[in-house]
Amino acid sequence: MRRFAASIVGHFLIVFAQFITAARADWRGIEPVRRQRIYYANHSSNADLPLIWTVLPAALRRDTRAVAAADYWLKNKLRAFIGRDVFQGILIDRRAEHRTEDPIAKIVEALDEGASIIIFPEGGRNRTEDPLMPFKAGLYNIARQRPEIDLVPCWIDNISHIMPSGEVIPVPLACTVTFGAPVHVREEEAKNAFLKRASDALRDLIPARGHA
Amino acid sequence: MEMTQTNSDLLLLLAACCGLLVIATLIGEVLRARLHKTHANLTVETYLTRVHSWWGMVFLFSIALLLGPVGIIVLFAFCSLAALREFLTLTTKTNADHWSLIASFYVILPLQYVLIWWGEVGLFSTLIPVYAFLLLPILSVLRGGKGANKNFLARISETQWGLMICVFCASYIPALVTLDIPGYGSRTPLLIAYLVFVIQIGDLMEYFAGRRIGKTKVAPAVSPKTREGILCGAALAAGLGFLLTWMTPFSPLASMAMALMAYLIGVGGSLVLAAIKSDRGIKNWGHLIPGQGGFVDQLDSVVFAAPVFFHITRYYYGG
Repeated sequence: MRRFAASIVGHFLIVFAQFITAARADWRGIEPVRRQRIYYANHSSNADLPLIWTVLPAALRRDTRAVAAADYWLKNKLRAFIGRDVFQGILIDRRAEHRTEDPIAKIVEALDEGASIIIFPEGGRNRTEDPLMPFKAGLYNIARQRPEIDLVPCWIDNISHIMPSGEVIPVPLACTVTFGAPVHVREEEAKNAFLKRASDALRDLIPARGHA
Repeated sequence: MEMTQTNSDLLLLLAACCGLLVIATLIGEVLRARLHKTHANLTVETYLTRVHSWWGMVFLFSIALLLGPVGIIVLFAFCSLAALREFLTLTTKTNADHWSLIASFYVILPLQYVLIWWGEVGLFSTLIPVYAFLLLPILSVLRGGKGANKNFLARISETQWGLMICVFCASYIPALVTLDIPGYGSRTPLLIAYLVFVIQIGDLMEYFAGRRIGKTKVAPAVSPKTREGILCGAALAAGLGFLLTWMTPFSPLASMAMALMAYLIGVGGSLVLAAIKSDRGIKNWGHLIPGQGGFVDQLDSVVFAAPVFFHITRYYYGG
């Protein structure tokens, strides 16, 4: 019953997102095939996760779980339902003192069960002028433990204008999610060098405009 | 009596469109079959994708026409929404514009089409150029917040421009239905078909003639359109205007002049929108119509011509 409700709500979210943004995937560096992957994306709005969710082909979506903040998604029953059941979220508490288990272990466990994951390595919504904030170490730690899995950069364009943080009504602007060529952590590569490389790979997907 | 006259005219027109599209599809398929032996021809492939999109458009348009004025107005309201989304996706904006963007999409756009439906010329011809023009910048300035003063003039101008093209100008296409022309009765939907027809066929002629004999580009920085191509397109548009006089309240000579004017303004419009695309570094406005890009790509010339066509027709022939 709960699964059924989750699937209905999931489809409703997809139709809604499609109607508002005509969301579209641009598979630029990689094909949309069923392989285990770690999708990492920029994060500036609560609509980010639904949008990646929307543009993933259904077959890929079924195997994909989102790494999301427990302190946000467990605030009330509705959020918990959407976060846990619809997005199959791997919920991580961002406040270290509230944690009961190791977040990286939890994510790696999901990977070992065969799930692909969506992760926002900036660790929170970006409210700065810069398109990307420095990445947190999590992405590196996961990549170290499972180096064979493709890390796919996903640039979600325009979303900060569709739904700026703090706003409730979305502006119906077009949104494209660009998927770039996969990145892997190299042997002996240091944490900061890897995070910089992963961040640059994502930055490279930002579409050029006359001006921003 | 008058109703049946309109319907038979519309059916005739529909049959003519389908006939033309059958011919266009056949030509494309034959060309593809003949050229495919040597190498896949990109021009033919593009042309065929376009023909397929036209089939879709003729289909939608027919349904809208059969539903009457409301069908046409609703159809164009959705076109406006898609076009405005494409346009405002590329304009300068910050969080301070959130309210004015919300108002553009959810208040001004629907209201414009409601006013068209009411046939209130005095209101729908001023809603965007007067009220939206003055009120949206006020919303943006009051909303404030971080970066509220940055690029202010560029932001409000670009939003206004998007509304003018994608909502104001586009809404004049269905507004033609509401024209009250003595002796022309309820045949006004034919004016839409007439306007779209002369411009699109002229464009098509310009495209092919330009490829064949085009030499002098009229705006080399932004568009491949040539003077020779445009001359051929204009000649064909004027000729079509003469042949299609029966669809209009105009005299044959006036119909030629109207068709020619609509076509030329249309060419100008597609040049202007090409300049904006080139400034923003994009090839197409969107991706919703296969082979043609976005809604703005498809509507560009007709949208520019529509308000002028409407007001001239209303001034000289209106009751």
